[in-house]
Amino acid sequence: MAGGGRRRRRLHLSKIYSYTCGKSSFKEDHSNIGGPGFSRVVYCNEPDSPAAERRNYTGNYVRSTKYTVASFFPKSLFEQFRRVANFYFLVTGILSLTDLSPYGAVSALLPLALVITATMVKEGIEDWRRKQQDIEVNNRKVKVHDGNGIFRQEQWRDLRVGDIVRVEKDEFFPADLLLLSSSYEDSICYVETMNLDGETNLKVKQGLEATSSLLHEDSDFKDFRGVVRCEDPNVNLYMFVGSLELEEERFPLSIQQILLRDSKLRNTEYVYGAVVFTGNDTKVIQNSTDPPSKRSRIERKMDKIIYLMFGLVFLMSFVGSIIFGVETREDKLKNGKTERWYLKPDDAVIFFDPEKAPMAAIFHFLTAVMLYSYFIPISLYVSIEIVKVLQSIFINRDVHMYYEETDKPAQARTSNLNEELGMVDTILSDKTGTLTCNSMEFIKCSIAGTAYGRGITEVERAMAVRSGGSPLVNEDLDVVVDKFAPKVKGFNFEDERVMNGNWVKQPQAAVLQKFFRLLAVCHTAIPETDEETGNVSYEAESPDEAAFVVAAREFGFEFFNRTQNGISFRELDLVTGEKVERLLNVLEFNSSRKRMSVIVRDDEGKLLLLSKGADNVMFERLAKHGRQFESKTQEHVNQYADAGLRTLILAYREVDENEYIEFNKNFNEAKSSVSEDREALIDDLTDKMERDLILLGATAVEDKLQNGVPECIDKLAQAGIKIWVLTGDKMETAINIGYASSLLRQEMKQIIINLETPHIKSLEKAGIKDEIELASRESVVKQIEEGKALLAASGSEAFALIIDGKSLTYALEDDIKKTFLDLATGCASVICCRSSPKQKALVTRLVKSGTGKTTLAIGDGANDVGMLQEADIGVGISGVEGMQAVMSSDIAIAQFRYLERLLLVHGHWCYSRISSMICYFFYKNITFGVTVFLYEAYTSFSAQPAYNDWFLSLFNVFFSSLPVIALGVFDQDVSARFCYKFPLLYQEGVQNILFSWKRIIGWMFNGLISALVIFFVCKESLKHQLFDPNGKTAGREILGGLMYTCVVWVVNLQMALSISYFTWVQHIVIWGSIAFWYIFLMIYGAMAPSFSTDAYMVFLEALAPAPSYWLTTLFVMVFALIPYFVYKSVQMRFFPKYHQMIQWIRYEGHSNDPEFVEMVRQRSIRPTTVGYTARRAASVRRSGRFHDQIHKDLVAF
Amino acid sequence: MMEVEGSSTSMNRAPDQSSFLRSRRSKALYQFKQQKLPACKPVLTPTSVITVFLLMGFVFIPIGFLTLRASRDAIEIMDRYDVECIPEEYKSNKLSYITDASIPKNCTRYLKVQKYMKAPIYIYYQLDNYYQNHRRYVKSRSDQQLLHGLEYRHTSACEPEESSNGLPIVPCGLIAWSMFNDTFTFARESTKLKVSRKNIAWKSDREHKFGKNVYPYNFQNGTLIGGAKLDSKIPLSDQEDFIVWMRAAALLSFRKLYGRIEEDLEPRNVVVVNVMNNYNTYSFSGQKKLILSTSSWLGGRNDFLGITYLVVGSSSIIISIIFMLLHLKNPRPYGDNSWNKKSLSG
Repeated sequence: MAGGGRRRRRLHLSKIYSYTCGKSSFKEDHSNIGGPGFSRVVYCNEPDSPAAERRNYTGNYVRSTKYTVASFFPKSLFEQFRRVANFYFLVTGILSLTDLSPYGAVSALLPLALVITATMVKEGIEDWRRKQQDIEVNNRKVKVHDGNGIFRQEQWRDLRVGDIVRVEKDEFFPADLLLLSSSYEDSICYVETMNLDGETNLKVKQGLEATSSLLHEDSDFKDFRGVVRCEDPNVNLYMFVGSLELEEERFPLSIQQILLRDSKLRNTEYVYGAVVFTGNDTKVIQNSTDPPSKRSRIERKMDKIIYLMFGLVFLMSFVGSIIFGVETREDKLKNGKTERWYLKPDDAVIFFDPEKAPMAAIFHFLTAVMLYSYFIPISLYVSIEIVKVLQSIFINRDVHMYYEETDKPAQARTSNLNEELGMVDTILSDKTGTLTCNSMEFIKCSIAGTAYGRGITEVERAMAVRSGGSPLVNEDLDVVVDKFAPKVKGFNFEDERVMNGNWVKQPQAAVLQKFFRLLAVCHTAIPETDEETGNVSYEAESPDEAAFVVAAREFGFEFFNRTQNGISFRELDLVTGEKVERLLNVLEFNSSRKRMSVIVRDDEGKLLLLSKGADNVMFERLAKHGRQFESKTQEHVNQYADAGLRTLILAYREVDENEYIEFNKNFNEAKSSVSEDREALIDDLTDKMERDLILLGATAVEDKLQNGVPECIDKLAQAGIKIWVLTGDKMETAINIGYASSLLRQEMKQIIINLETPHIKSLEKAGIKDEIELASRESVVKQIEEGKALLAASGSEAFALIIDGKSLTYALEDDIKKTFLDLATGCASVICCRSSPKQKALVTRLVKSGTGKTTLAIGDGANDVGMLQEADIGVGISGVEGMQAVMSSDIAIAQFRYLERLLLVHGHWCYSRISSMICYFFYKNITFGVTVFLYEAYTSFSAQPAYNDWFLSLFNVFFSSLPVIALGVFDQDVSARFCYKFPLLYQEGVQNILFSWKRIIGWMFNGLISALVIFFVCKESLKHQLFDPNGKTAGREILGGLMYTCVVWVVNLQMALSISYFTWVQHIVIWGSIAFWYIFLMIYGAMAPSFSTDAYMVFLEALAPAPSYWLTTLFVMVFALIPYFVYKSVQMRFFPKYHQMIQWIRYEGHSNDPEFVEMVRQRSIRPTTVGYTARRAASVRRSGRFHDQIHKDLVAF
Repeated sequence: MMEVEGSSTSMNRAPDQSSFLRSRRSKALYQFKQQKLPACKPVLTPTSVITVFLLMGFVFIPIGFLTLRASRDAIEIMDRYDVECIPEEYKSNKLSYITDASIPKNCTRYLKVQKYMKAPIYIYYQLDNYYQNHRRYVKSRSDQQLLHGLEYRHTSACEPEESSNGLPIVPCGLIAWSMFNDTFTFARESTKLKVSRKNIAWKSDREHKFGKNVYPYNFQNGTLIGGAKLDSKIPLSDQEDFIVWMRAAALLSFRKLYGRIEEDLEPRNVVVVNVMNNYNTYSFSGQKKLILSTSSWLGGRNDFLGITYLVVGSSSIIISIIFMLLHLKNPRPYGDNSWNKKSLSG
């Protein structure tokens, strides 16, 4: 290796694997190459050649921004005016420039301009952030061959198709590459595809022998030439069809030789690769969907309200226009005389011409539409946007969602969806990295029928805490938790009987020794020795494998070296010292075998088959004399599984020399065979070998859940939220996590849908595609139907649905998905395993559109991107590697458990705030608009506004906007503490109680009442009257001023009356708005009359000195609020909503009365079907058996 | 079973907040950021509701009485004269009477004083069914011209009364053109009453809205004469009846101040009013009234506010009693939560 510090490992790892994947499959059809869909030609190492340039493939630049500099202005402006309300205001703004306008153009255009600018600035900032992200990705460095055998650093964006790159360990691949050679002799490399499919185990890729034999070092590339002919860019991550032409010879290529962009090189020093697909052609980008612009349910409903308001406005304008038209026509010249001569109708412009009354009416319609624009709150959108940004800041600032370890606060990336957080019906969660930390911990084991290990799993802890009844458990737990904090990664085992070499003193020491040796030997991990400290670390395909090796090390069997044909480990504390076992064969793990074995020759020359696997396959393979501990072990395994642990059975047998020779011969033959039944042959052979085993024991590994996951899931379940798990992982893993996180429990009936039936398997072997599909579909339909029948037949039993990716493909087909959804929604928990990113997105879409409810997807990897984008809300887990999920999420949190606070507290708050806010918005605008309308009715519908131009345009801006924003940002119907205490409160959002049409219309009606009171009281109290003691009468400006004052008071007092959380902020904004009205009136009135027109000195001279002004104001503000006050009092007292009930509890001080609260809470918990509360309830049903068992365990230790 | 306060995981396991706290400037700021500001959380309990209504009643009823008394203190004499002032022969064709300039328009009205009226007694004329608030009408003026006179030329808002015979009109616009032109003289028995027609307009209007050097020009010179003519030798700021007219009324029935009688009127006095019935309200079936009124601290006579105060005040006491009865009849027992079943577990 050029200039490397470490020696190049010349390991032919391929020899010890029984690869099924190592050889390129010949089934795939290469005859299409060159034809349509397979036209791509890549000239490796000659990106500059004329032939390559003619192809002109896209560059490696990737853009995720919504706008470019040029398109920003027109495009975002267009986006703005796609909102109907904004378009309406644009039209009225343009019309206001004409004579049609009832008010000045500035007062119509200024608010619109403000609103539009504010929104565009926001858009611009958001896109700028995306741009920064793009720049970071596109400017990453990679080593590229410059043509002379030298590799230079270049930026990702400059890569071209045909370039040769060298990728170092732990780097991401910059494009889709053809693997040419690696640091390993046989050009294999390990790839982590977490960002693609979420699978955490490493994948092995292997280059062609043809290339790996030629290319070892940088300089070898000087004269390397090759032509790849392959398929066009497409979305399929698991298929690649192509061929490599190398010196007149053609080699078939498969996905096995392709390294995909966004996956990562692991456990391999470096690889060389030729760029095949760049930029947007890469599979991962082809797979990504455009980020959809999401709008919350409330906003969509708000649009409907706005349409309703439009309807009203048009209706009113229409009626007004007809009346106006009739009255105008009556002004017609009769006998040379006109009726309302003072209007001079005989010499009128078209707008008032009685001769053309219909035309005048039509023009009036336009004018009226402009005048009534006050019914539609122009500042609504911008206020909501401001409120949401502020809400997001509060979310980001919440210390309860701040994760100190990684210094990550919550991050609301798009503020659009805050209130949607309070309406989530279904959560679709990824598993790895979301529910779990993606680290496995060896926590318990059962050896020779004795259970060892006193670690407590998350699940046990959670259950014990909740069961509460026994203080003993609690005390014990505290001790246990504190004392046994994990010290070594992957190892959380504590038991003095076996630790520190004490195992030798155990009665079954020989079995224990075998057990530990098996742990040290039976795996495929690779040790790495730190040359300075001598410490050994391991790189394994999967974290549970690593956990075993680490465990073995901790027990004193340190595995430290792997050579081509041996495994070395040290047995500490024993005279034997260092041991080398000759590794002869590895019988790999796969999902159907569910076990792996190694055949070794130990230092005494004995041949041993060491085997570990799932309990159901292992127990049936035990020899008669090997079943000594079977019943005990079985019992322990069941306990472990119930505690959410991943169990494996360990067993061994001695192999006869002859038998081995025979096996080895056949096995090698089978491995090198290229026939189609190769896999079956290998399976057969290994099956014969792995028999008559002697049971040693079982291991229990905890797929470490993130902190607080079970509690969080329990709370969410109590809040009535359904939780689905979608994972790329294996079914067993997924089920284990289901148990661990309390989504599954023992007595739940599991409906498992998969395609592992013998019939389909045999078809698969035969390889007839059509038939496989047909049979699979039939089988899936049948299983779904059966599940539904089961569901229908049972009463209150809880069901769990577990479905694998292949079946999901069929279940998601158009004609089946409805039934599938019915089945799934009937089940308490749903787990989809082995699902691809696309499937995750499809399932999300199915739930979203099928149930019509709000869905939330949570995930951490790039494989979750589709799902996050498809769901109503995408929540990304930040902090782990890979930012793709976070980048495409709407909200990022550091830990799954923060979801609880995010939804139950912030979600509920935002929901109740925004819905109140919108209701209030329409209330205040209706109050204002109706007074304008009523006044206009008294001007024979001539569209004369009651108020001064500036009063009109500033109403939404100054005198009523801050309180409503304060409501949207600060109001709390119920404090955070009570949100937690009464999770069912969350259902207010799910059932959308606070934004139901009933409530909306109610508020509108309230606005109408207020307006009627304001208008008629003001009108009557000023009627004819000597307005003040000096005998002056009230003109237009005085009635306008009085009415406006009343409107300002009423809408602000209404606000004060309807909020339930009064801090100094509310005091300032509410009383401040009212005070500001008077201040404004004085300032504006003091300006030159040419500017202030009829508002000149109106307050100081006319209004303020008149007692009737103040008396009327006082009367109106009280009278207008009485209807609401009565309604609210009666409702609060006799028909309280859930949050009002909680307010009662708080107010009456029962919150500190534990018995009372418990009673209310218990009643509020519906029979949840998942979560440990339900699990506890279920175990109580099972006559306390389960509960007692834990108790016993804990006491026993 | 003891329920732990805020039994949430995130609450209990909240990360050590020190790093957050370290940077905070004050407790208040922290409370603000964490949305934990001290707050008043009002709950509408029956007690508070009943109290509020009672209080409202006890405040409103006295105010109502006071207001009503003030209204009753103002004495008002109203006389509709538009019909009576038309000679018998024109009763069937009022329009031709009013539009024919050759017919004398004077007319005498006798107003009987019922109660003692203390000076100043305000004289108003009232027009009904007159849309001074019509948009075309309201807009048809030029404030700039009223202030600056002829030098201000952009008077397109005044159309069609912008210019006449090719010359601009000052003051322009329909409002000015249609100015009220009935006149009244007052006498008690045979002695003329002292009537002041000064200080009837708002001070701000006189001083800041109507120019001191703006004189009527080319006004009412057109073919169609609207209402009153103005003395072209007096500046607009001194023509107070004009200024009063120019302040458009809010509603279609309105009064405008005409002047003040500066003498007290005794009961049984008869005020003789000589009316020049010039103004045409007949074509649009409007009405003309003459009003004499004194004022109280509150203004003129209008019982509306007083009565509504009394009505609302007494109904809030009734509401509070009803609410009290309802509350006592349906006590909500301690810990009753039947509500939560019906409201949410859907």
